[in-house]
Amino acid sequence: MPSSYATHPEAREIVFDFLEGYDVLGAFWMTVKLTALSALGSLVWGTLLAAMRVSPVPLMRGFGTAYVNIVRNIPLTVIIVFTSLGLADIFGVTMGAPDNFDVQGFRLAVLGLVAYTSAFVCEALRSGINTVPVGQAEAARAIGLSFSQVLRLVVLPQAFRSVIGPLANVLIALTKNTTVAAAIGVAEAAYLMKEMIENEAQTLAIGAVFALGFVVLTLPTGLILGWLSKRLAVKR
Amino acid sequence: MTSVLYDAPGPRAKRRNALFTVIFLVLLALVAWWVWQTMDDKGQLKWDLWEPFTTSEAWTTYLLPGLGDTLKAAALAMIIALPLGAVFGIARLSDHRWVRLPAAWVVEFFRSIPVLLLMLFANEVYARSGSVGSEDRPLYAVVTGLVLYNASVLAEIVRAGILALPRGQTEAAYAVGLRKGQTMSSILLPQAVTAMLPAIVSQLVVIVKDTALGGVMIGFTELLNTRSTLAANYANVIPSFIVVAVIFIVLNFILTSFASWLERRLRRSKRSTGAVLHEDTVEVNPAAVDGSYGSGAGGAFGGTV
Amino acid sequence: MKLRKVTAASAAVLALALSATACGGDDSKDSDSAATAGGGGKIKVGIKYDQPGLGLKEPDGSFSGFDVDVATYLAKELGYEPGQIEFVETKSADRENALARGDVKFIAATYSITDERKQKVDFAGPYLLAHQDLLVKTDSDITKGTDLNGKKLCSVTGSTSAQNVRDTIAPKAQLKEYGGYSECIAALQSGAVDAVTTDDSILAGFAAQDKYKGQFKLAGLKLSNENYGVGVKKGDTETLNKINTALEKMVSDKSWQKAVEANFGPANYQNEPAPTIGNIVK
Repeated sequence: MPSSYATHPEAREIVFDFLEGYDVLGAFWMTVKLTALSALGSLVWGTLLAAMRVSPVPLMRGFGTAYVNIVRNIPLTVIIVFTSLGLADIFGVTMGAPDNFDVQGFRLAVLGLVAYTSAFVCEALRSGINTVPVGQAEAARAIGLSFSQVLRLVVLPQAFRSVIGPLANVLIALTKNTTVAAAIGVAEAAYLMKEMIENEAQTLAIGAVFALGFVVLTLPTGLILGWLSKRLAVKR
Repeated sequence: MTSVLYDAPGPRAKRRNALFTVIFLVLLALVAWWVWQTMDDKGQLKWDLWEPFTTSEAWTTYLLPGLGDTLKAAALAMIIALPLGAVFGIARLSDHRWVRLPAAWVVEFFRSIPVLLLMLFANEVYARSGSVGSEDRPLYAVVTGLVLYNASVLAEIVRAGILALPRGQTEAAYAVGLRKGQTMSSILLPQAVTAMLPAIVSQLVVIVKDTALGGVMIGFTELLNTRSTLAANYANVIPSFIVVAVIFIVLNFILTSFASWLERRLRRSKRSTGAVLHEDTVEVNPAAVDGSYGSGAGGAFGGTV
Repeated sequence: MKLRKVTAASAAVLALALSATACGGDDSKDSDSAATAGGGGKIKVGIKYDQPGLGLKEPDGSFSGFDVDVATYLAKELGYEPGQIEFVETKSADRENALARGDVKFIAATYSITDERKQKVDFAGPYLLAHQDLLVKTDSDITKGTDLNGKKLCSVTGSTSAQNVRDTIAPKAQLKEYGGYSECIAALQSGAVDAVTTDDSILAGFAAQDKYKGQFKLAGLKLSNENYGVGVKKGDTETLNKINTALEKMVSDKSWQKAVEANFGPANYQNEPAPTIGNIVK
């Protein structure tokens, strides 16, 4: 960042003085990485949870329900801090990086975000499953498909298409939720913002820069996925 | 328990399900055993770490005041955000461009900024304007941040609910001579709110949880914040986190249980209210309200879950 | 009929909301004067709530620690009885802002005097000279700063102690960051990290807690000089001078020594002698 302003010292001093020496773009890149990996993870785990919640095995249904209802009701901060304080420090789950805290913190944050976000993905998917007409599943069963085939081949593909809108909301929420990873020292946008606010005087200007960054990240996501959800909606 | 997703199990399927159950049970038991064993090894189960929570002082000095602030902020935010969300949701459906567009911008803007930042801004603005005393400022800032964000989300929920109502509802209202405002307030909004109750409740749960964001940055003395003071005193970090997590789970469980009771009442009262609309249209979905599914949901897999 | 019920309910909610905002408006007026009031009113003082030995909120709701004793003495010199003092928690990140906004009259909260901070607030004192140090397990073999390379270390997110380690003392150390020192101490106890670093005064307080007694020791490295000052609002020279006079008096009438013994004695912390006002040890 600083080099690009170096040629216009007076502009730098007036407007972007507080940005000097801080890697704002790098911090947002960390936010993007956290978001992307957590989104992938929660899509997988959330789908599995949804499958459990509609499965023929009562115990799995119970587990899915209990998981979602417990995880959704705990503040994300508690979950993220617990991945580090509990999982890593007490249980020794160091995510393959026992000697590198930067990598470990990042992976733990992704794990925490996945654990939390997948509960919301599961619920969105479940409502999607509810939109698939009964006849579809009945027809699938009539031609002899098993539970997993009904789910994989008939119900879920339709369910996914109908819940792109809700999933977009979950993704946007996830993007903003990555700020909580600062609690275990992951150097993403909110972490840098705290550091800058502690060192510089222009609290409002710093806040505005980071607010803008998040608008830039989340608005296109919403617009693109909103357009996709209209295009891919199952016409009935 | 049968479902449209799978046939009633025959002898083979029953055996297979039993096998799955056993495997799953063994896995769960192994995990539980490992958790217990490790906690014990690391000395986290020692009674003197947990003993403070049986004293009244731990509650009256730390946890209850924190819980009180959490509840106060959450309740205020809910009470303000709900009507505000309804207003913005309706404004986005207005026939007038000059109402619709600004409402849309406001909603989209506040939806895309992290709540933490909104709280920070509010805190700074209140501090500069000098209109709020320093004792109340954290509460005001937290409530403002929560209201701005959650009213935007609630606006979207209300809008989706109204849009999902059958067109005939509006037409019938006009046909009997109701005006636009009357149609909205006595026909559309009540049905939309009832149908969207699960989504609204999930958002209320979010409000309760997000009060915790105010503790770290602007020193709001909510539950997580007083927890750290408690842990510094009793040197029991892990147990204190577990206790606070349980408090949040119980709190939100009460909230969702109340909401599902309310929803059942509203639905039972008249078939048409809310039942016009399938829950499928619910955008941010209802975990809490299991069992509410199926009342009038024509094409849905009612009773599956 | 039922529809009307729902409408009535929403109307009730709206009314509640309005009344809630209305009372909010009322009680905001009178509380503003409290922070700046002198004479018969209350005085607001910023301290830490979660640092045993320095500033701690006790289970009975009272406050204890060296910073608390200093703050109480200073308030008395400014004309406030202990009953008129209202302690406010000022977290590290919020200290400068709390002073600038006038939330508190002064801050005694392990507040090191640095050049950056001096641009935003004025400092009275120093009243204590502390050093960055390491807290390690009793059987640890870490004896000097460079021993830390390749070791695991814990400190509070964004703190200067953490930066010191990263930049100068041991760049190859692994640094874990948490929101509070209690979390770091828990990590040290479970063996997840080899040392916790921050000011020795803070570490001593934690090491002396009943549940940790005998488990940890200070490495005694003096990795930096931390001159604890009393923060006052920038430009508030009157308060600044009064506090400086009061601090001198506190040392000369032996109250300072008493506070040190009462708070650091149990922690077995070898403190530096009382610093002279304005003498900042670099």
